[in-house]
Amino acid sequence: MSAPEIQRHNELFEKAFSKTNLCIQCGYCLPACPTYQSMGTETASPRGRINLVKMAAEGKIDVTKDMAGPIDLCLGCRACEIACPVNVPYGQILEAAKEIIQKEKPKKTKDHFVHLLLTKGFTNPKFLNLIGDATWLYQKSGLNKLVQKTNAINLVAKPLGFFEKILPPVQKPSKRTKRGEWYKTERECKGKVAFFVGCVTDAMMHETNNNTIKLLNTVGLDVFIPEKQKCCGALHAHQGLLSETKELAKENLDVFKTSGIDYIVNSAGGCGAMLHEYRELLHDEPEWQQKAEAFSKKSVDVSVLLVKYGPLPFKREWNGIITYQPSCHLSNVQGVTEEPRQLLRSIPGANFIEMKDSDSCCASGGIYNLIHYEESSKILASKMENVKNTEATTVVTSNPGCLLQMKHGADKFAKDYKIETSHLVDLLVKLID
Amino acid sequence: MEKSIVKKIEEIIPKERILKELSDRYSYSYDASFGEYLPDIVLQPASVEEISLLVKLANEYRIPVYPRGSGTSLSGGPLPVYGGMVFDLSQLKEKLVIDKENMIAVASAGIITSEIHKKAEEVGLFYPPDPSSSNVSTIGGNLLENSSGPKGLKYGTTKEYVIGLEVVTPLGEIIRTGGKTVKNVTGFDLTRLIVGSEGLLGIVTEVILRLIPKPQAKKTMLATFSKFIDSGNAVTNVLAAGILPAAMEFMDNACIRAVEHYKPSGLPVEADALVIFEIDGHPLAIEEEIEKCRVICNKNGATSVKIAANDKERDEIWAARKMVSPAITQLGPTKISEDATVPRSKIPEMMECLYAIRDKYNLTLVVFGHAGDGNLHPNIITDKRDIEEMKRVELAVSEIFESAIKLGGTLSGEHGIGILKAPYMELELGHSLELMKSIKQAWDPNNILNPGKMFPQPGQTKVVLT
Ligand SMILES: Cc1cc2nc3c(=O)[nH]c(=O)nc-3n(C[C@H](O)[C@H](O)[C@H](O)COP(=O)(O)OP(=O)(O)OC[C@H]3O[C@@H](n4cnc5c(N)ncnc54)[C@H](O)[C@@H]3O)c2cc1C
Ligand code: SF4
Ligand code: SF4
Repeated sequence: MSAPEIQRHNELFEKAFSKTNLCIQCGYCLPACPTYQSMGTETASPRGRINLVKMAAEGKIDVTKDMAGPIDLCLGCRACEIACPVNVPYGQILEAAKEIIQKEKPKKTKDHFVHLLLTKGFTNPKFLNLIGDATWLYQKSGLNKLVQKTNAINLVAKPLGFFEKILPPVQKPSKRTKRGEWYKTERECKGKVAFFVGCVTDAMMHETNNNTIKLLNTVGLDVFIPEKQKCCGALHAHQGLLSETKELAKENLDVFKTSGIDYIVNSAGGCGAMLHEYRELLHDEPEWQQKAEAFSKKSVDVSVLLVKYGPLPFKREWNGIITYQPSCHLSNVQGVTEEPRQLLRSIPGANFIEMKDSDSCCASGGIYNLIHYEESSKILASKMENVKNTEATTVVTSNPGCLLQMKHGADKFAKDYKIETSHLVDLLVKLID
Repeated sequence: MEKSIVKKIEEIIPKERILKELSDRYSYSYDASFGEYLPDIVLQPASVEEISLLVKLANEYRIPVYPRGSGTSLSGGPLPVYGGMVFDLSQLKEKLVIDKENMIAVASAGIITSEIHKKAEEVGLFYPPDPSSSNVSTIGGNLLENSSGPKGLKYGTTKEYVIGLEVVTPLGEIIRTGGKTVKNVTGFDLTRLIVGSEGLLGIVTEVILRLIPKPQAKKTMLATFSKFIDSGNAVTNVLAAGILPAAMEFMDNACIRAVEHYKPSGLPVEADALVIFEIDGHPLAIEEEIEKCRVICNKNGATSVKIAANDKERDEIWAARKMVSPAITQLGPTKISEDATVPRSKIPEMMECLYAIRDKYNLTLVVFGHAGDGNLHPNIITDKRDIEEMKRVELAVSEIFESAIKLGGTLSGEHGIGILKAPYMELELGHSLELMKSIKQAWDPNNILNPGKMFPQPGQTKVVLT
């Protein structure tokens, strides 16, 4: 083993060994893991992955050659954490493993591109706006139709092609929410919230953000959008870029003043989870710890506030069956499971039916569905079967990534069967207008 | 593994079910005990024919074969101690048929046990054996370990329900034992011999299980005692009164404290013991019986008795018992879970022995278990990195087994022998161990199937944990 290799093993040992040692290898997590279910090998299970991290930390296997593959195939859905009887902190083990892999990885072109996109692109609102603008222009110009028709894009990257098709219409630049502004409720003000708009959501699914504000205003909350907010860092953390994640977190802590604000709200389960975990992320940096603690404590999913300050003044009925695909990070990390369902059950006229294994991941997993398209498709296919079995006409999600994945699923596996997909917030807004 | 042999394997099963990478091999190097042995190759056969051919190949080249279910064994059962091939049978799961009319279930070996519970209950039937690993472990693994859980007292263990098997013998022949009839006295009872054989006598591919009608209702009660001996008397007197509970689970003071510390739920931390009684059967009968249990507990000095009024309260009572394992793992990173079993009347004596051992070796030792059938789970909580303490643990474990056997008990009530208890077999079995060896020798002349388990190495008399 070369000196830098040994150093990596040591670093992994420092970061994760004692956590992997908490695992009693009971296997309780196996039935909860979507990749174990779809791939059927211990190597693709939480117990297996934890063991591999341990083996790598002990220097028995190589980080890049042996550990990286199985870790890479993990969705990061954290369902295993919920199932674990002894609370093994799988998320932290996964993050440590990814960080080490990232450091050791020889930079392949694809990785390099992702890396660049994350470090230079997603941290930069201007860049994101640019993508948003470009997408808007592209969609408006009709060019997208042409590309879709000729399937030109599929030749370049088949998976990207699928997502290109399902990307929602992006809003005109002028219609997007303005940062640095207050959106005041017209009703009696019951509280003040700061809105974390999320980088991808903000650029691509702006409508959802506008709708979130509208709903919060409707239940009597004033909404403020801090101007200089940054990407939450979740995508970076998933790629193992820990120092970048920490930088973003710190910038956000500075931007979101917690005094005078009751909550920091978001409508993207994935971002919300990251915000929820700033306290763990920065737990070893004393000067940030307190701030992070306060921040994380205040950050909530929009559904929680809608239930707390509701009920919503519904004006319309919704006909048909609704089913719900929760965001894993909303359920498994933030522990929010009841509120979105409660909101859906409260919709007049609608029939809410829980699908089988609703809590298992849809395999969108950050950008997992782009990087591991085939594996992701297998999991998505069985998910769509469960959706169809409810005979739902609408499937609701609580995270933009999951929404795109469900759209893609409907497109690919439920063609014969018309099904609408919607973010919870977008559906609710339609019914109060 | 030699290329030429891998090539032959590839002629039998497709490449994607042959796992050769180091990461895969390490992923099948453990179970829920703490041994670690690296296999040379891992195979995921999908049919009895494939298994038969693979076992024949293994005989030809003298390669050890280690059958494995979900790897939840606590005794090292599926560990590939001599390398060779691991057969991952957890993916052998295409068949699960519930035959309501004949009250039987036919299942592939890789079916998860709780699936059988669920499917049987859907048609009003009941498969009683319920190890606490039932959501994860395979029916094959359950069978080979003869698993059971709290319901052992009333309903017996897995072997009581197995009436037929499809098996690949250690020489690679496909055979069937037993059948679909509950009565079957034709020839030697090979079914019973294979059940509990820990994968030493054959690879089970399909099982036929007897089911019984689902009990209509159940009642659950939690009683606490300030003196351990009182709880023992209560248990004995309940049985003497002609009541056969579905479960009688007890926890000692250390468990109660650990659970209360882990998730406070109002358990009395000063109590010496608590016992959970569960009665099932006809709704009218169980009302009467649970009431009798209450009276008996009170007469025997119970400090509190609570009967669950509804499902929620029932779940709360069971939550205390289910929390024992996670709660005690908070006391230290390594948990050595034993399952020495003694005749029911000897439980109090055994408890005294256990506490003496705890004090003698200065260890964290807690006890819980199935009071009804004498199956105790003394758990030693330690840290395997502390070599000095592990040495003491080794001695303590030996004494636990010696005490159990001295009291007329056995090495294992449900977790099996595997590698961890092999050294003590002679102590319990004496000459019948030789007879068992001769059976193994006759079935498996090349010692291909799961070698290194159950029988001690020459001169091996103690477990070595360090
Ligand atoms: C948290 C926890 C709780 C537990 N609770 C209980 C309990 O309450 N009661 C209890 O009895 N046990 C319990 N166990 C032990 C364990 O779950 C059981 O022994 C279980 O039956 C093992 O099943 P498995 O599918 O995991 O088999 P494995 O552990 O993979 O294998 C067990 C043995 O069977 C052999 N084997 C497996 N499948 C086959 C096959 N098809 N053909 C031939 N041989 C085969 C293996 O070689 C091995 O010797 C518990 C374990 C854990 C981790
Ligand atoms: S995070 Fe999800 S995919 Fe990854 S190991 Fe856990 S359950 Fe499996
Ligand atoms: S459930 Fe927890 S302790 Fe059990 S194997 Fe999975 S991670 Fe390990």
